[in-house]
Amino acid sequence: MTAIAGRAWVFGDNIDTDVIAPGAYLKFSPEEMARHCFEAIAPDFATKVEVGDIVVGGRNFGMGSSREQAPQALKILGVGAVVAVSFARIFYRNALNLGLPVLFLPQAEEIAAGDHLSVDPVAGAVVNATQDRTYPCDPIPDHLMAMIADGGLMPHLKKRIEAGLIKQ
Amino acid sequence: MPQTLAQKIIARAAGRKTVESGEIVTCAVDLAMFHDSSGPRRVAPRLEALGAGVWDPSKVVVVTDHFVPAADVESANILKLTRDWVRDNRIGTFYDMEGICHIVLAENGHLTPGLFAAGGDSHSTTAGAFACYMAGYGATEMTGIMVTGEIWVKVPETIRIAWSGEFCTGVCAKDVMLFLCAELGMDNSFRVVEYDGSTVAAMDMSERMVLTNMAAELGAETGIIGADRTTVAAIEATGADVPDDALDWRSDEGAPYCAAHAFEASDLVPMIAAPHAPANTRAVDSFARVSVDQCYIGACTGAKYSDLKMAAAVLKGRRVAATTRVLVAPASTQATRRAAADGTLAVLTEAGAIMMPTGCGACPGMGAGVLGDGETCISSTNRNFQGRMGSASAKIYLASPYSVAAAAVAGHICDPRDFLT
Repeated sequence: MTAIAGRAWVFGDNIDTDVIAPGAYLKFSPEEMARHCFEAIAPDFATKVEVGDIVVGGRNFGMGSSREQAPQALKILGVGAVVAVSFARIFYRNALNLGLPVLFLPQAEEIAAGDHLSVDPVAGAVVNATQDRTYPCDPIPDHLMAMIADGGLMPHLKKRIEAGLIKQ
Repeated sequence: MPQTLAQKIIARAAGRKTVESGEIVTCAVDLAMFHDSSGPRRVAPRLEALGAGVWDPSKVVVVTDHFVPAADVESANILKLTRDWVRDNRIGTFYDMEGICHIVLAENGHLTPGLFAAGGDSHSTTAGAFACYMAGYGATEMTGIMVTGEIWVKVPETIRIAWSGEFCTGVCAKDVMLFLCAELGMDNSFRVVEYDGSTVAAMDMSERMVLTNMAAELGAETGIIGADRTTVAAIEATGADVPDDALDWRSDEGAPYCAAHAFEASDLVPMIAAPHAPANTRAVDSFARVSVDQCYIGACTGAKYSDLKMAAAVLKGRRVAATTRVLVAPASTQATRRAAADGTLAVLTEAGAIMMPTGCGACPGMGAGVLGDGETCISSTNRNFQGRMGSASAKIYLASPYSVAAAAVAGHICDPRDFLT
């Protein structure tokens, strides 16, 4: 997995999927939806976020709906990883299934907007170059590592089907 | 080794005698449900890319509820795609515009104790009222289930929440859940919430489903309630077969809970959640005279037959205030038929309520009844996140059907008990 590095976009606790992926746009394509990502609370996010940037959350990031368009919108916009104190369960699973690294970092609240971060989801580390701090964190869980290495659940399933591991 | 109900179901689905909290197991899925928003439109292209079919169409239930009835061409095309996919893949069960998925599963006897189910919707936790283990997942994960019939589970710990005694008139399960969102917070991730106690034992299934439905707002893996005579009677009433072991699906004596809370039902008052989170809950008297532009009775949480009855108990013989509007979107066509047959609907419409189509409606901001800039709504739904029901500057207050109806009469938030004595 290549290094993930970019600027921090910092959000607070309990960021819900309605602000990440507003319901009114669910009928459109994920690409169209992505243009409205965080519209209600950070209207310039979708136009200003750059490839590799890292979204930083507080507690319970991604609470609410099962809509996969939430992590998908972040991925479409080029977000390299999400680092948060904690994640809501469906968002966490959805992000990893789509190949978007998500890492629990208890000290996420020390990160300031615009800080230059780099993230190593395999080793479990977040480096804040702006503040000259390095945080160890839990790596991606072992049982999901093969899926992440394959790039997400879809390529992982394809590989298993081709290897004859899933009966069709 | 004594096991919680959640552990017992996970163990059974994983082909094990027991499981321990924290271990990761693979479970066979007994029932997979998704709807028009999360389902075929997102799953079908993925299955096609994999060259894979549905592992067992007889175990799949598809429901249209989010884009119904179609208000624009995009929605109509999503519904058409859903219907075509169900037909082409010979899906076992399809409910087209018959109600919100969680309610339809219960009404049609799909939920029996001990079932391990997966749903493409966060409120799939609702099924736990029937002693099922059902959690919500996203579309890629549901695609994985379609291909393999399996899903990984990190065996969660269980929080036990006991309620004892009787509610005051005008207090109900919705008030319990708003109270618990404030009390326990919304980040109980990777834990199951199990409800018991004499208050829960006395509840009908409709009220129990509010407890398990809003386990989603607690952030829980799922919510669950052990099976009893009420569970069995409700399944029998649907005409479905009740498994012989139905009453065995309860937590064992001495089961390992990670936390236990006990509350007195008679102490609870009507609760209101202020914008923009269910955890922003306080007693109704903190919000006296907050005026409301819209009063919404809807969603899987708050528009079942019993919820319509609660609203009608307040609205009977009264009129909706001239300064507000009341929209009622019943949770299922069955709820509509029952309420029509016994006069409940007439009470609502005589009071001035406007009947809306059955479906998820304005709750997720996808159907008719959304809010304009700066408007205030009191709603019997489950989420009041910023922008959820329309404009990002709208304010949503969550409440019970009693409290929504009381606000409708007064034009502002007020204590429903004043209308029920």
